[in-house]
Amino acid sequence: MTLVREFISHYNYLITIFLMIAGLYIVIASGNMIKKLVGLSLFQTSVYLLYIAPGKIVGGTAPIIDPAFKVYSNPLPHVLILTAIVVGVATLALGLALVVRIHEAYGTIEEDEIFAKDGEI
Amino acid sequence: MKAIEPHLPVLPVLIPLFGALISAFFRRGTMAWGMALVATWGAAAASWLLLAKVLATGQPISYLMGGWAVPWGIEYRVDVLNAFVLMLVTLVGAILMPYARKSVAHEIDQHVQAWFYSMYLLSLTGLLGITVTGDAFNVFVFLEISSLSTYVLIAMGRHRRAVLAAYQYLIVGTIGATFYVIGIGLLYLVTGSLNIADIASRLGSAPPEFSRPILAALAFLTVGVCLKLALFPLHVWLPNAYAYAPSVATVFLAGTATKVAVYLLLRLFFSVFGVAISFKTLPVAQLLLVLSVAAMLIASLSAVFEENAERMLAYSSVAQIGYITLGIALANQSGLTGSIVHLLNHAVMKAALFMALGAVVYRLGAARISDMAGLGRRMPLTMAAFVLTGLGIIGVPGTAGFISKWYLALGALEKGYWPLVFLIVVSSLLAVIYIGRVVEAAYFREPTESNAKTKEPPLSMLVPILALAALTIYLGIDTRVSAEIAASAAKMLLGGLK
Repeated sequence: MTLVREFISHYNYLITIFLMIAGLYIVIASGNMIKKLVGLSLFQTSVYLLYIAPGKIVGGTAPIIDPAFKVYSNPLPHVLILTAIVVGVATLALGLALVVRIHEAYGTIEEDEIFAKDGEI
Repeated sequence: MKAIEPHLPVLPVLIPLFGALISAFFRRGTMAWGMALVATWGAAAASWLLLAKVLATGQPISYLMGGWAVPWGIEYRVDVLNAFVLMLVTLVGAILMPYARKSVAHEIDQHVQAWFYSMYLLSLTGLLGITVTGDAFNVFVFLEISSLSTYVLIAMGRHRRAVLAAYQYLIVGTIGATFYVIGIGLLYLVTGSLNIADIASRLGSAPPEFSRPILAALAFLTVGVCLKLALFPLHVWLPNAYAYAPSVATVFLAGTATKVAVYLLLRLFFSVFGVAISFKTLPVAQLLLVLSVAAMLIASLSAVFEENAERMLAYSSVAQIGYITLGIALANQSGLTGSIVHLLNHAVMKAALFMALGAVVYRLGAARISDMAGLGRRMPLTMAAFVLTGLGIIGVPGTAGFISKWYLALGALEKGYWPLVFLIVVSSLLAVIYIGRVVEAAYFREPTESNAKTKEPPLSMLVPILALAALTIYLGIDTRVSAEIAASAAKMLLGGLK
């Protein structure tokens, strides 16, 4: 019973870990370059949850100084993750741009077909 | 000058950052090159002043970004170790810049040359930022600045495989950086701080049995950073990235990017976790030792069988990184000194070798070993520099490479790991073979028809190559600058242990 309760009370971590592993698995297992980027994005997004979820305190409000409130959520993880989101968007955009160039050069975005054309590199 | 002096620690980052912005606006490659030259030399001047200041006082310099106090604001913290790394990164950049103009004009389309310099400066900004900052999350931001601009630099190569190599590096590099953020996130959850020194002191008060999140953080950080520094089984992205990137980008990456990642590993292992934690609770040292030796032998063997000279040198880089991590795994004074001094020595030697190959590409358009037949007579100075620095990679006494290997062997003997000395020698013998293959082609074969009329590269390319070759010899004879700073950095790292 306690085990189940422990599981349920940590559900945010379970979701994070699931997304993390699912994303990483897609990156490794998929041969399609767009799908790889989707997996990479999922993997990066799971980290946002890892930071944000513990920042929330049950019953806490936004960090505004007011005598009526005593408990605040931690705002720092949100700020950090804003930066990480920007980085994630930039990475995805650059990755997609590279895939466009690869498609122009090779006519395909499947890894095995590219290796068949140019030899494994 | 008086007004600027307190802001010295931030200048190596700010100068290339604004240089990158400005050079992006130029249409002509030459103008952007001028900007890149000024910015690189400016950053180099600031870095060397910092190093001189740190050495003179012996105290770390702390700079509070925007005046915010330490655990909350971002702190830039310069001690002997990162001042040394700043110096070596800007040294490679400063010598590379005069070389870059002709090589870039030859290899990159006119209308994107300005972008190339802009990306180069951003990459420099990121690398210097990782080195100088004392904030763990700030490291991630700079890591991504340097990585994203590096992917673009690689994708600008001539062959269509360059884009593929850039894509593969993007996937691996992003996984590495994300692992790093996960590790920092776990540390932040446990300690509530992002300042590296502050994390270290808060971890220090924790009980000797470290909790699972901290061990998980150590594992994530180690794997993430090792992806970036191309430790042996995680090195697959490196040979393609180096082989297909434009020559100037290859020289820059080979000289600096992996070195900064090694610096980060040193910082994490010694300053954050303290060797006591990272080496007793988990068998990190043993793992690192085995992987380093594997890198030294297997990557050298791959280099022996490589036909493309640039890929050959790239595999050699993986092997040389094996030496550096070997010293970290030994974790004693001599071993660490060897690692840190090899950061500089390898940066100088590998930059010189890749520059010489860049000169061959400039004249011949490719750098396969078979193309280099007879070049010893056609490009005598370039190939002489190649041979000299090649001797350095092998570790012949009188060259820089010997100094590093000497300290590493000492470190291994102090630990009683004498078979390691034998393995270092075996790896050096493999280096004799792969460097020897180029020498054989260049000096003992008749020139082919295509390279019978080749001559030396332009003076602006030749002088930097010769300067680095001379530096290889100088660092092998006069170790006052390199080895003594490295020794004091090693002492500081080991002294900070709990």
